[in-house]
Order: sequence, then C-alpha cells, then structure tokens
Amino acid sequence: MSYLYAAYVIVWVVLIGYIVILARGFKKLQEEVKELEK
Amino acid sequence: MKSKFAIFALITFALLTWGLYEAMIGAPTEATMGPVQRIFYYHVPCAWVMLLCFPANFLASIAYLVKRNAILDAFAVSTAEVGVVFCTIVLLTGPIWGKPVWGIWWTWDARLTSTLVLWLIYVSYLILRKFSIGGPNPVLAASLAIFGCIDAVFVFGAIRWFRTQHPQPVFGSGPNSGIDPRMLHAFFINMAAFTAFGILLVWLRFVLERTRQKVEEAHAMKALRATR
Repeated sequence: MSYLYAAYVIVWVVLIGYIVILARGFKKLQEEVKELEK
Repeated sequence: MKSKFAIFALITFALLTWGLYEAMIGAPTEATMGPVQRIFYYHVPCAWVMLLCFPANFLASIAYLVKRNAILDAFAVSTAEVGVVFCTIVLLTGPIWGKPVWGIWWTWDARLTSTLVLWLIYVSYLILRKFSIGGPNPVLAASLAIFGCIDAVFVFGAIRWFRTQHPQPVFGSGPNSGIDPRMLHAFFINMAAFTAFGILLVWLRFVLERTRQKVEEAHAMKALRATR
C-alpha cells in the first residue's frame, strides 16, 4: 500500500510543483511589464 | 479567453477528482499484484500525455523550421516542457510499481532505457533553450526535437518489437489481452482527466511563453529608442 501512496504523492508533488513554477514565471513577467510601463 | 480557461480548468479539476476516486476506490483490486496495480491508473495516462506532447513538439518544430514563426516556437517549447514533466512522472512511478512486482527498481530493457533517453533528450532541449540567448538557438532546439521524436516512436514500439521486462501492451496484444470493465472505466476517466490536464498545462505555458516573447520584444524596442 505504501508504494501506491508514494506513487500518487509523487505525481501530485511534481504536477503542483510545475504549476508553482509557472505561477512564479507569470509573476516575474508581470513585474517586468510594470517596469517597462514606467 | 479567461472565462474559457476557467471553465476548462473546472472541468479538468472535476475529471481529476473523479479519476482519483475511481482509481483508489471505484476500480476493483487486481488479483495478482494487489493494490499496487492502481499505479496503472496514473502511470499509463501520464505516459499517454507525454507521447502526445513530444509529437506535437516535433510538428511545431518542423513548422518553425519552415516558417520561422514565433507562435510555433512558443508552442514547441510549451509542449516540450509539459512533456518532460509527464516523462518525469512516468520515470518515477514506473520503478515504484516495478519494485514490489518485479523485485527490482530498474532494468536496462528497451522500454525503460529509451524512455530515460527520451527524457535526457528533452531536458537537453530545455537547457539549450534556457541557457543560450538569441541567434540560432530556436533553430538548434528544433533540430534536437526531431531526434527526440524519433526516440518517442521507439519508446512506443519498444514493447511491441522487443522482449522486455516491461509488460506487453494491455490492449490489442492478443486474445487474452484487456482488463476488467470496471478497471477499464477507471482507466478511461483518468486518460480523459490527464489529457485535459496536459492541455491545460500546455495552454498556460504557451500564454507564458508568448507574454515572455512580447516583453523581450518591448525591451529590445525600448533599448533601440534609447540609442537614437
């Protein structure tokens, strides 16, 4: 059972981690756009 | 556009929740492997999304080499990155399933090795994109993507062409292939859920890349105006 839970946890850690990376990318770009508009 | 994305994200979330329920509770426990077989409901759909992303990257790369259009380049990098994410999941969940069933974490058979090579090719592609700026960078990356797609075909065919430790195809590989209808139900819901999730991630990554391209263009224009 622990193998099953480990696999499912890893899937969601990788996917949520990727979404966090994308969100940080958007935030960084938003800041750059603000800088450009100054 | 934002409302379309929100609706699609809601549908995807609902499908993923339903898929998780079916995989953990709805589907019956497999007689030989026991509960660990339920990894199948995540492992195979993730491999499917990976094998959708890399040919999409190949087509976008070929189109980019012909037309040199920034939109095609943005689509190529988006599919490659999402493909690597799903390939990573496949390479992590496979050994976790393999250890209790085969007794080993890893073996150098045709399917496993070609999947690792595929991951390495596309990680190289992303590193090439990330750490070399301007010039022929997208052209070089597009050329590398073509090699990557050849390996993706090999990954798909490896269990059909060679004797491997990895199981033969579950569907369409002989009169005794196939699974219990209740398992099939859980499997198809997860296939739909992960396909939708893959599309959602490519969509997000594409918007991010297009915005980045536009910001870079604006920076260049600002620098040009400053020099005049």
